[in-house]
Amino acid sequence: MSFINYSSREINCKIVYYGPGLCGKTTNLQFVYKKTNPEQKGKLISLATETERTLFFDFLPLALGDIKGFKVRFHLYTVPGQVFYAASRKLILKGVDGVVFVADSQIERMEANIESLDDLRINLAEQGYELDKLPYTIQYNKRDLSNVAPVENMNSLLNPRNVPSFEGCAVTGVGVFETLKNVAKQVLIELKKHY
Amino acid sequence: MSSDLVMYEEEFQKIDEELQKLFQQASAKVVFLVDKNGQLIASAGETREIDTTSLASLTAGNIAATGGIARLLGEKEFTILFHEGEKDNIHISLIGQRVILVVIFDKRSSLGLVRLRVKKASESLVRIFNEITSKAEKDKSEGKLDDSPFAEISDEDIDNLFK
Ligand SMILES: Nc1nc2c(ncn2[C@@H]2O[C@H](COP(=O)(O)OP(=O)(O)O)[C@@H](O)[C@H]2O)c(=O)[nH]1
Ligand SMILES: [Mg+2]
Repeated sequence: MSFINYSSREINCKIVYYGPGLCGKTTNLQFVYKKTNPEQKGKLISLATETERTLFFDFLPLALGDIKGFKVRFHLYTVPGQVFYAASRKLILKGVDGVVFVADSQIERMEANIESLDDLRINLAEQGYELDKLPYTIQYNKRDLSNVAPVENMNSLLNPRNVPSFEGCAVTGVGVFETLKNVAKQVLIELKKHY
Repeated sequence: MSSDLVMYEEEFQKIDEELQKLFQQASAKVVFLVDKNGQLIASAGETREIDTTSLASLTAGNIAATGGIARLLGEKEFTILFHEGEKDNIHISLIGQRVILVVIFDKRSSLGLVRLRVKKASESLVRIFNEITSKAEKDKSEGKLDDSPFAEISDEDIDNLFK
């Protein structure tokens, strides 16, 4: 749900990074945080366990710049990936404007990817959203590892509609901004249709 | 995408006035209003030293989490949350299912006073948000908004955001 404020001339949108546990969602946000100018970003808030696993969400507010005199802000969230945090994942999807699905490219994580994607669809549907109608980008992360599935295989497994997808290595930042930029663009184009 | 929030100057002024009034009458330190999805709408008081963006997101997370707990217990929603600190206290209330009113206060005020004033302010705020909703619906049925930032937005404008 975007928030368009004519008084303060701001547009606020919410993007959620979804995906199985340890696929690199938090790492994506950390890289974005590291690489943006101080005046463009707020604090990166991580509600995490002592072992740095996401407990509730990570949150990073980003001010990108202006469009027609309106300040454009994106609020980036990640969900906790582990299966038992299902209830929290649902909450974070509330009011989402765009989704990034971060897939773990390691062969042994394919099932976890599929499961997480099913979970995403179901949770969105519960809020009255349809994944196929939302701005949506996929990132095939951890391409730097040796035990990865070919991108074509991942595409046919996880991306039947052929939405925009990017190969990534979130620890070094490969594909991180490409992914964000793509989904942000889709969100703004979607807003343009309505207003 | 039926639930986008579009706020115009006129309603924003009214909200701002309500918050200022509440801020004074409740002898609060800070008062702010957050959308249920974690976006700050307006604030009043000593906000300079507070990271309001983070506070807004965490407050919404807090309300969402307690809402989840409520449903597990068969309650509809907990409409008021109160946290007591050593110096500061925080009173959080859900208004008209849609926005969250947060009042931070210290010993210059009291829970009783805050409760009373919040109740009054809530009624006014509900009215204002109803106006906003009906205005937005009217605008939508009549087509594009006046002065929409999206009216002539180009691919280039969007690309420029990421320079
Ligand atoms: N080799 C490699 N490791 C990564 C990559 N992205 C994230 N990681 C690591 O994977 C682990 C889990 O990442 P995290 O971002 O916490 O996953 P999350 O559960 O999706 O938030 C961390 O140790 C990261 O350093 C990547 O592209 N390549
Ligand atoms: Mg995480």
